[in-house]
Formats: sequence, C-alpha cells, structure tokens
Amino acid sequence: MTDRLLELLERKPIVMGDGAMGTMLQRAGLTDGSAPELWNVTHPEVVRAIYQGYVDAGSDFITTNSFGGNRFRLKLHHLQDRVFELNRAAAALAREVAGPDRLVAGSVGPTGELLEPLGPLTQAEAAEAFAEQAAGLAAGGVDFILIETMSSLEEVQAALAGARTTGLPVAVTMTFDTNYRTMMGVTPAQAVQTLHRWGVTVIGANCGNGPKEIERVMWEMAQAKPEGVVLMAQSNAGLPRWQQGEISYDGTPPVMAEYAQRMRALGVRVIGACCGSTPAHLAAMRAALDGPPLAEYHPAFEVPETAAKGATAERRARRAAQRSGREEGE
Amino acid sequence: MSDEFDALPAELQELYLNMQDDLYDGLKDEVVEGTVRALEEFGQTPAQILQYGLVAGMDIVGADFRDGILFVPEVLMAAKAMKAAMEVLRPLLTDYKGVEKQGTVVIGTVKGDIHDIGKNLVAMMLEGAGFEVINLGINVDADAFIQAIREHDADILGMSALLTTTMPYMRTVINRLIEEGLRDQVIVLVGGAPLTEAFAEDIGADRYCRDAAVAVEAAKALMQIKKEARRVKSMA
Ligand code: B1M
Repeated sequence: MTDRLLELLERKPIVMGDGAMGTMLQRAGLTDGSAPELWNVTHPEVVRAIYQGYVDAGSDFITTNSFGGNRFRLKLHHLQDRVFELNRAAAALAREVAGPDRLVAGSVGPTGELLEPLGPLTQAEAAEAFAEQAAGLAAGGVDFILIETMSSLEEVQAALAGARTTGLPVAVTMTFDTNYRTMMGVTPAQAVQTLHRWGVTVIGANCGNGPKEIERVMWEMAQAKPEGVVLMAQSNAGLPRWQQGEISYDGTPPVMAEYAQRMRALGVRVIGACCGSTPAHLAAMRAALDGPPLAEYHPAFEVPETAAKGATAERRARRAAQRSGREEGE
Repeated sequence: MSDEFDALPAELQELYLNMQDDLYDGLKDEVVEGTVRALEEFGQTPAQILQYGLVAGMDIVGADFRDGILFVPEVLMAAKAMKAAMEVLRPLLTDYKGVEKQGTVVIGTVKGDIHDIGKNLVAMMLEGAGFEVINLGINVDADAFIQAIREHDADILGMSALLTTTMPYMRTVINRLIEEGLRDQVIVLVGGAPLTEAFAEDIGADRYCRDAAVAVEAAKALMQIKKEARRVKSMA
C-alpha cells in the first residue's frame, strides 16, 4: 500500500489539517449528550457539511467524526455493538467529501478507561478495541489513522498495535494540558522520543489549553526530537467559556492565524486546530500559511528553567527526618 | 496546622503526619494500618481521623496536583489508599453520628462523563460528616437520579461533571426534577473543575461547590435551613 501521508509530506513543506468536529456538532444541535458518532448515520448531511467547510477552508486533509468511536466510549451510549458501522460511515462520508486529492485521517481517541495497573483495562483488550475501530475506518476509506488526544503512553502503545492491523500509516498526537505534561505526567520530550522508538514518524500535540500552551509544548518537542520525526500540532481555539447559556472558545481566527505562523517558525510541518475552531479559523490559518513566514520568531512563553519540585522536596525531607528519628528510637 | 492539631499528643501528631505522607505516596496498607492504630491505640473518632489524617493528606495531594507536581497516576493511588481506609471507618460512622442523621444524599457523575475521583472524595467526606450517601457512580442519566431520589427519599442531590461537554446535562436533570415535582424536595449541589458560580446559578442549582470541604459545608448549612423550614411548616 502506498503511504499517502508520507507522499503528501514529500510534496508539501507544510500540510494543513482541519478543525473541530465535536464543538461544530454541538453548534449544529448535538446538545443532549448523545454520541457524536451516531450522527454519521442519523444526520449525515450535518457531518458532511462540516467536512465540506474544512475542505473549502483549504485543509489538506480532513479528520473523521470518530473520536469516541471505540467500544468503551460507545458503551456509554449503548452503541458498543455498532463500532464497525459507525466508523465506516464516518470515513465513507469524509472520503466522499475529500475526493481523491485530499486525504482523510481516521480519528482514534482514548478509551476513557484506565489501563493496568492503574485501572482494569489490559493492553490486549485495549489493542483489540482499537483494532475493531481501525477496521471500520479502513473499510470506509481513510488514508491514515490519527491517534489523538492521548495522555498515557501505554494507551498509545495499544492504539498503535490496533491501528497497525490495517496496514495504514499512523500519526500520533498527545495532549499536554497539565503543566506542560499530559495528565498522566508524560513530557513532550518523552513522547517524541518514545513514539519515534515505536516507529511513528508524524508526532505531536493537540487539544489542550490554547495556542500559548501548545507553542511551549512544540518548542520542547522540537528541542528533543530525533532525526526524521515530522512534528504536528492541532491547538484548541483558546479556552472554553460559559457565556449566555452557551460554551464558546475565546481564540479568534486572527489568533489562530498567528498560532499557525508560530508553529511553522518552530519547524512544525503538520498544522491544524482542535476544539472551538471553525472553518473560519482554518481559512485564516490557510491565508497565513500561504503567505510569507514570520521574519523573526520570539517565543510567546517564558523559556522554562528546570521544573520546580519545591513542595515535594520539602515534604520528603521532613518525612526522611521523621523516619530516621523513628528508626533510631527503635 | 490548626491549633486543635497542635494540642494533640506529640505521638498522635506524628502518626497523623505519617498517615498523610503515606497517603501522598499511595501506600494503601500503611494508611489502613495508621487508621487502625489511631482508632485502637489513641481512641480517635472516625471524624478526627478523617480530618487530621485522610482529608489533610488529600489536601496536600490536591494542591500538588493543581501545581503540576503530581499527576493522575499518583492521585489515583492516593484516592485508592483513602478508599481503603474509608472501608475501615464506614461501619463505625453510624455509631459516632450521634442522635440525628444529617440527611440523605444521592450523588453521581452525569451522563457521558466518567470522571469520579473528585465525586468519590465528596461522597466519602459527606459520609464522614454523618450523611447517608447513595453513590450512583458515573454516566448517570436523569431517570436514574430521579429514581434514586424517590427510592431513598433524598434530601440532597449532588451532581459532578468534569467536561464542558457534559456540564450542560446538569440543567437537563434539574429541568426533569421540576417536571417531576421534585425540585422543592431536594437541595441541588453541583461541582467539578469546569463549573463556575455563574453556571450553577444559571442552571438553577442551589450551590456550586468548589471542593469537597465546601460541599460538606453547603450540605450542612442548607440542610439546616431545610429542617428549619420543615419545622415552621409543621407548626403552621
Ligand atoms: C455535591 O456535588 C459535588 C460537589 C463538589 C464536587 C463534585 C460534586 N465533583 C467535584 N467536586 C469538587 O470536589 C472535588 C474534591 O475537592 C473536586 O473534584 P475534581 O474532580 O475537580 O478534583 C479531583 C479531586 C482531581 N481531579 C480529577 O480527578 C480530574 C483530573 C483530570 C486530569 C482527569 C482525569 C483524572 C481523567 N480523565 Co479527563 N481529566 C481531566 C482532569 C484535568 C485536571 N487537571 O483537572 C479533564 C477533566 N479531562 C478532560 C478530558 C478531555 C478527558 N478526560 C477523560 C478521561 C480521563 C481519565 C479516565 C483518564 C481520568 C479519570 C479517572 C477517573 N476515574 O475519574 C476523557 C473523558 C472520558 C469521559 N467521557 O468522561 C477525556 C475526554 C479525554 C479524551 N480526550 O478522551 C479535560 C476536560 C476538558 C474540558 N474542559 O472539557 C480535563 C480538564 C483535562 C484537560 N485539561 O484537558 C471538585 O471539583
């Protein structure tokens, strides 16, 4: 099978992804908490229109409406028996809209379960669930699998094993939203190095707390990345705010255009967006990326010193003193 | 720490500090052992053990988590250790509650949401404070909340949501309470990281609870008002 993702990267210095699906569906009326993936069959015209919006905005690939399409997430909606069907539908609709020239990325998100030893899910069970989802996406005609918004490397490992059963290329992004680490504590450097060791070429960050955060994360990845890795970033359009009975994101299209420029300056080659973004944001990013790069790049964040470990160090010292006191007393 | 804590015997203070440390490190067996020792050797009440050992320990875990020093795996291990200690204390809580039960709470994480660490902490603290707690778990829909409120004749409904995509469902539940004629029967408390005071007000909840301590305070205070209202009504 030809690797259409690498082929695209050989052709284009910068590849633009697309924007949000979930928050677009919410705007289109998905407000009752039901599964977005179900809309691939109940409201295909809505999903198709969102894909079309990103195609019109100039995305080089569009991402399927299948983020929560694994059996664990679908089980929350009693849809666990329809994994293959809903993923295939997501992919087939995207393929139809993308046509032969643009690529289709098959979105694979986390199970939402905790893997052993923290939780009950085994590697094998997780890999099997991911393989089931990936099979549906492949049947619907995706060009590559995009494993995204991950926080645990163990879960990425399972997702990779599952995705690779299709023979399709795979890209991986993780979310570094907890003090510039994933919520499981993985640093950008650890992520880029580990994933490279596992044979992934396109590696990056997505979602999170907006462009400033992801800029620092990508800066850290760029410092640590092994030769040959292609960096990818898909930031949220700022942060969600509850306003007038509705959730909206505070990042405007100009903010996202600037973010795209900053990513390019850091050497990131696959640039897209995540929650809260719309075709308008992507169009602004397209215009920026089609124009000249930044003349100069100054980080929008403070270049970090080594992470502070104050509270823990103090606590451990106190505890060590107590322990030795106790042992001496015995 | 507090003056009350400083007034405890030095040996007991050390036991509590070690319990806090063991909790921080997620050492389940050690935390359980400390709990048993506090009960048996020092005659502490479950409320005291919760306050000085377990909750104080979780406060440190919470603060370091917020500061990005600890991450989810550590928080989970600490929560597991706390839960194990709670199993020791639970059978004793009824004995110490005294004459009056505080009230009955139905609590759960709303539909579509599976985050339960914070909600379980709140449930444990409410139990520790003398409430009977019916914990419905995660992914709870309006029907299940309503059924449990009826079945247990609950005084308080506690809802938790950690996702911006699931928090609006709290409004759905409250609207259903109104439809079912239950809204006046229950106090509605809501919590979870993405919520705000304004959101809680907007959806018609009685109180937004920033953390477990606030949840306990609010539950007690609103329960008091409710009991008072009931008394006045029964006199009229
Ligand atoms: C009376 O009623 C009351 C009263 C008070 C109440 C109350 C109810 N509930 C809470 N309170 C209050 O009292 C508690 C004690 O003081 C407090 O509870 P908290 O829950 O706030 O605090 C706890 C003690 C500790 N905090 C936590 O336990 C939450 C921590 C974070 C890191 C978190 C965790 C642990 C997890 N997660 Co998730 N997770 C994050 C969280 C990020 C963060 N830094 O907060 C958050 C919430 N997650 C997020 C996401 C996106 C997700 N998570 C997911 C999954 C998970 C894990 C399974 C890995 C795990 C949950 C494990 C579990 N069993 O709970 C997925 C969701 C699955 C689902 N459908 O629910 C997934 C969607 C990931 C994905 N991309 O698939 C983000 C939400 C973004 C948003 N605003 O919508 C998130 C903020 C991380 C981030 N920064 O992006 C108060 O809020």
